[in-house]
Amino acid sequence: MNLYTRRLLINRFNLAVSLLTMLFGLFWLGWILFTLFKAGFGGLSARLFLEMTPPPGSDGGLLNAIAGSLLMGAAGTILGTPIGILAGIYLAEFGNRGWLAPVTLFINDILLSAPSIVIGLFIYAVYVITVGHFSAWAGTMALALIVIPVVIRTTENMLRLVPDSLREAAAALGAPQWKVITFVTVRAAKAGIITGILLAVARISGETAPLLFTALNNQFWTPNMNSPMANLPVVIFQFAMSPYEDWHKLAWAGALLITLCVLALNILARVFFQNRTATY
Amino acid sequence: MYVSRFLERFALLIALGAASHALAVDITGAGATFPYPIYAKWAEAYKAKTGNNLNYQSIGSGGGIRQIQNKTVDFGASDMPLKPEELDKSGLMQFPTVVGGDVPVVNLPGIKPGEIKLTGPVLADIYLGKIKKWNDSALTSLNPGVKLPEQDITVVHRSDGSGTTFIWVNYLSKASPEWKEKVGEGTSVNWPAGVGGKGNEGVASYVQRISGAIGYVEYAYALQNKLVHTLVKNRDGNFVAPNIESFRAAAAGAQWDKAPGMYLILTDQSGKNSWPISGATFILVYRSQEKPDRAKEVLKFFDWAYADGDKLAMDLDYVPLPDSVVKLIQGSWKNEIKDPSGKAVWP
Amino acid sequence: MSAVVTKVQGFAQAAPAALMSRTIPDAGLRKHYRLDQLFRHVTRFFAFLVLLLLAGILLSLVIGSLPSIRAFGFGFFLTSEWNPVTEQFGALVPIVGTLVTSAIALLIGIPVSFGIALFLTELSPIWLRRPLGTAIELLAAIPSIIYGMWGLFVFAPVFATYVQPVLSSTLGAVPLVGVLFQGPPMGIGVLTAGILLAIMVIPFIASVMRDVFEIVPAVLKESAYALGSTTWEVVWNVVLPYTKVGVMGGVMLGLGRALGETMAVTFVIGNAHRLSASIMVPGNSIASALANEFTEAVGDLYLSALIELGLVLFFITFVVLALSKLLLLRLARREGRMT
Repeated sequence: MNLYTRRLLINRFNLAVSLLTMLFGLFWLGWILFTLFKAGFGGLSARLFLEMTPPPGSDGGLLNAIAGSLLMGAAGTILGTPIGILAGIYLAEFGNRGWLAPVTLFINDILLSAPSIVIGLFIYAVYVITVGHFSAWAGTMALALIVIPVVIRTTENMLRLVPDSLREAAAALGAPQWKVITFVTVRAAKAGIITGILLAVARISGETAPLLFTALNNQFWTPNMNSPMANLPVVIFQFAMSPYEDWHKLAWAGALLITLCVLALNILARVFFQNRTATY
Repeated sequence: MYVSRFLERFALLIALGAASHALAVDITGAGATFPYPIYAKWAEAYKAKTGNNLNYQSIGSGGGIRQIQNKTVDFGASDMPLKPEELDKSGLMQFPTVVGGDVPVVNLPGIKPGEIKLTGPVLADIYLGKIKKWNDSALTSLNPGVKLPEQDITVVHRSDGSGTTFIWVNYLSKASPEWKEKVGEGTSVNWPAGVGGKGNEGVASYVQRISGAIGYVEYAYALQNKLVHTLVKNRDGNFVAPNIESFRAAAAGAQWDKAPGMYLILTDQSGKNSWPISGATFILVYRSQEKPDRAKEVLKFFDWAYADGDKLAMDLDYVPLPDSVVKLIQGSWKNEIKDPSGKAVWP
Repeated sequence: MSAVVTKVQGFAQAAPAALMSRTIPDAGLRKHYRLDQLFRHVTRFFAFLVLLLLAGILLSLVIGSLPSIRAFGFGFFLTSEWNPVTEQFGALVPIVGTLVTSAIALLIGIPVSFGIALFLTELSPIWLRRPLGTAIELLAAIPSIIYGMWGLFVFAPVFATYVQPVLSSTLGAVPLVGVLFQGPPMGIGVLTAGILLAIMVIPFIASVMRDVFEIVPAVLKESAYALGSTTWEVVWNVVLPYTKVGVMGGVMLGLGRALGETMAVTFVIGNAHRLSASIMVPGNSIASALANEFTEAVGDLYLSALIELGLVLFFITFVVLALSKLLLLRLARREGRMT
């Protein structure tokens, strides 16, 4: 077999394998989604959104859990994203000199793999015990602490990948550094940064452990951010582990809800930020 | 249409919540998973009656003990009672609320619920890994006439720490000196054999799927999932089935007035019909209350539950306490729970 | 950042304010200089804040595990006994479990993610790219507790009935490798947990790889094609080396998820504090031990031992990260560039 044929065959083989991996990934997705829909669809009724979490044997919905998750998720993302992006900008753009950047980046990567329960415990020890009660603010802080490392990692990654020619061109036109960064570099990496934020949101939307020791959970609803607040992941966890059939149905319905919402978020963000980096 | 209704409700929640929040009292408690369903049911009924929120979260007995020690909740709940010395050290007092128990469940082809008879020592040997097969002589001698296959026994236990485990290993320790010495008791132990499932759900699911498995679950759970339970020999020598009557019998025989600090574990109680693996679940509150109003709200809730909550408890397969014990408990509230000036918080 | 620009900006930043008014005569430029300083200080502040937070978490872990460190010392890592009653704790089983499940997850996950990213950037028709990409990201949207529930109730039975017997009879018979595949087909265990983790980790690695592949300048790829390379050769020899830092970052993200994943692993790993050579038997991982036992741990030494487990997890991540940075350093040096 001559060299050309061999290279051609290797090429075809690897591309075929790539197709197979794609199908492999889709297979798992399909199976899990099928299970999720089969178990959860029946529970998706209007009542889910209009009534509070019930004790076993009663009818109810997930209203307080949904509201709580929305509030804390939004607050956590709003708190964590700017910190993460700004820190990521520093680490990527100003990080070539000095000690702060490499050390922070390194510890950040370590924290990325922290089991989220550790983060919850940290907030518990530092905030909840000091204040003397569980609260949604504590939950928000725990979620923000999960968002930050993810956002920093992806922001820093994406910014580093923006070619220097872009920066040089802007600087050559007389733009000050802060303009180069905000108007040129960040904009070029925008899609990747959005991916990072979305990954972070997807991550916190399903996190149970950090909320367990911070926001606890609440059978009822209070808008008071300073008291325990209901949230979907913990409710799903409790209901799924129980022996009651009506709770199981609610748990699957809630799980389906979270999945659908994050999917919708993804699609929305992609459509909104349509223009990807132009190739040249 | 539903979207606008949801948004309406959401906005209404925020507004009403803020308004009603000013009038209602919010109590938070945390702890044992076993009584969670009934506390939640009581809380719903109580809110309908008085408008007060009692928010109970099941984070585990150890969690309940720790949270009340850290003063982050108004009351803690634990399936494992604290010893009088521990109560004194932390300044807490405890009282029981409902009774339940653990039930051994098996998965064997052709075996029906209540068909197999077991004893405490045999259960201990199974869980120690000493009895490895179902047709072992120890088992066949207890069950003549039952076709036990030559199959490996797969032991299933809890992987997470829990009060259910505590009741189970406490019973095994009482039944088998070898277990007591080798393994001991606690909410979490070093299991000599078997697989660990998370929660009652995990144990039941393993038992249901592994042929030849044996596990232990809370009574309510065995009933709800129609698992195959076994009979167990009690202290008086009778093989009893787990049901509300046998749990009640175990609770009735218990001598609460003689137990200092109400430290009483209901396993292996005497009584013709007593179920040997029963246990009560406890509430922990501080003796000296810095916030006597909140303490009073906690006590008002449980007072209501003792008076009006029995039917709800039985619907969910919990055994309510007999009236004599309730009087004892209310007496201890009066005697032990005081505000900083020394005045009793109850009644 | 380009060396030339850094030097120029550096000069501008280094000069003190008083000197500034003399060296930068133009008021507009002075304003920009101050804004630059402000921007730099603000971002630096946030980076510092993050460092403080992260250091704070590490510190609280260390303080929490001091009683356990004092009690067990170095033996903590070598003992497999985990006895809450006698208060003897050893971390060997959870550590091995964590490492093995994460290794399985990456072994399966990295090639699959690479294949998916390759498909999405090179093979797939343009109109299919966004939907497929979103579909893969959807795997990340599924809450981890659902993975656990699905793994236990749906995947494990199928795995036990159809796959495990095949594995133990074929691979289990092979002399050296076979010892990994012994054990009754229970469906739950280290292997199941590893596979579940692989599925959870794929969307993270694949989407980062895809984003990073797309950002490769077309010039580089076109030059390679012009020289007669096949698609595979372009990807393997041009795209991958160009994006290796980004790819590493994606792998780190995935590894992070795998090492710290709690809920999904807890459901299917079997939670047995026993060490075994086979990967088809139940085991334990650090995160699932924490989740299972933390809420109910009664006793200060028990709690401290659990916190020390968490610290060990951080340490494992630290070692893995250090190794990966070293690897990158050597690769970069080989290309003649100083990092």
